Amino acid sequence: MPLHVAVATRAFKRYSTYVGATLAGIFTNCVFGVIMCFVYLEVWGANPDAGGYDAGDAVTYVWLGQAMIMTVAVWGGGSPDDLAERIRTGDVVIDLYRPVGILGWYLAADLGRAAYHLLTRGLAPTLVGGLLFDLHYPADALTWLVFLAAIPIAVTVSFALRMLASLAAFWLLDDVGPRMLLGFAALFFSGLTVPLVILPDGLRELAMALPWATFLQVPADIWLGKRTGLEVVGGLAFMAGWAIVLLATCAYVLHRAERRVVVQGG
Amino acid sequence: MADAVVDYCRIAGLWVRASMAYPASFWMMAVGSFLMTGLDFVGIWVLMSNVDDLGGFSLTEIGFLYGATGLGIAFADLLVGRVERLGQMIRMGRLDTMMTKPVPLLVQVCADEFAPRRFARVLQSGLVFAWAAAYVDWTLPRALVAVEMVASGSVIFFSLFVGLACVQFWTADSTEFANAFTYGGNQVTQFPMSVFPAEVVKALTFVLPIAFVNWYPSLYILGREDPFGLPDWLQLASPVAALLFAAAGALAWRVGVRHYRSTGS
Repeated sequence: MPLHVAVATRAFKRYSTYVGATLAGIFTNCVFGVIMCFVYLEVWGANPDAGGYDAGDAVTYVWLGQAMIMTVAVWGGGSPDDLAERIRTGDVVIDLYRPVGILGWYLAADLGRAAYHLLTRGLAPTLVGGLLFDLHYPADALTWLVFLAAIPIAVTVSFALRMLASLAAFWLLDDVGPRMLLGFAALFFSGLTVPLVILPDGLRELAMALPWATFLQVPADIWLGKRTGLEVVGGLAFMAGWAIVLLATCAYVLHRAERRVVVQGG
Repeated sequence: MADAVVDYCRIAGLWVRASMAYPASFWMMAVGSFLMTGLDFVGIWVLMSNVDDLGGFSLTEIGFLYGATGLGIAFADLLVGRVERLGQMIRMGRLDTMMTKPVPLLVQVCADEFAPRRFARVLQSGLVFAWAAAYVDWTLPRALVAVEMVASGSVIFFSLFVGLACVQFWTADSTEFANAFTYGGNQVTQFPMSVFPAEVVKALTFVLPIAFVNWYPSLYILGREDPFGLPDWLQLASPVAALLFAAAGALAWRVGVRHYRSTGS
């Protein structure tokens, strides 16, 4: 375990080197957040309870979305991208003969990255949003705690999905196609394009059951107090369930892949 | 100028041939970027299914605005999108190599790794634009303004891409800063300006005139009153805004190249 903590802290430090890029990213998140807030205020002004949200919920959702883009790596990226590169170049054999599991190592690295992005690209735009608009905040300390607990689970689900796309490189030697499809699905089904709650019936139920709902919609509903009592537990169980299923799938695929690896040369 | 266009086409042609060497990858990327950019409009459609109109504009009118700004950024992205990678070219020392070649530097930077899959975005925006245009009551002056709108919009995004990439002559990093203006500018013009507060609209008209990409010419084409009561001549002023953007972009590029002292090693 201390090993994985060390991997995570080093990943955190690695990302914290690029201060300029972080500041530029925060600025961009803020610009997009402000644009979407005005649009949502107009939508919820005309239909004050669309999707069971009020205007304050909707603008809060916008900033939570901006905070989650990099934290949960909705667009892709993070440690699975490094692995895909190592599979292409063959460096992955070094990972394979380390006395540590690949999955745990890369998950620790991605959680370290997520922690850095949460504290910078997550926190800063939310503070800016709070200054510019009337946001809703969790009602009590317990809700804060549950929300904070939900984030690493969301990152783990996202990690497992990105990992599956990267592991495809063992067979395809190229992960661009799978990654693009994954990014497309994530962008829509995470609720980043529009909140899942305002999707038409049928599509909404489907979207709420898919693993991408854990990225933003379920944590946002916890934050906004749309889930109370047992529903909160249900939400966390839903997230943890997907995390376990997807990690197990990763482990199985990795196990199959190990049998395929042929190291060239002597 | 004509020489520069020929040079651009030659370099771009090389990259088209190169990317066609991997047809499966090319088609996957093209279909992927078509779907990705289309998601924005799916989002607008979902929002519109919850309300009767957005800022007093119907889905087809917003589709017209969306298609117009989409075509603008799609053409600019297709032709000069690679300029975003300027910082990388500086770090890898490739910009120095380019400077020794008898082809204008900007042409080389923009044509480098020309990606034909970016046509997907032109196609996607073009389809929405064509669909929305079917609901417009066309006259000859309106058609001329539409042509002028797409041309001006392309020039404005073109200049934003080039002008903001010049920041990388100093920082060799922070490409995301430019995104706030290029893709952010695209995002803000996908919606009718009546959604935004008057101060924001005035800023987008007189300070950073991005509203000229589609909003003012579209008011003329759709035959709508300006919700903010600004003068009517603004609706025909897009080419002026485009010229201002182009001048600022060209100036930034000249200053940037003069400042550039290579990375050294």
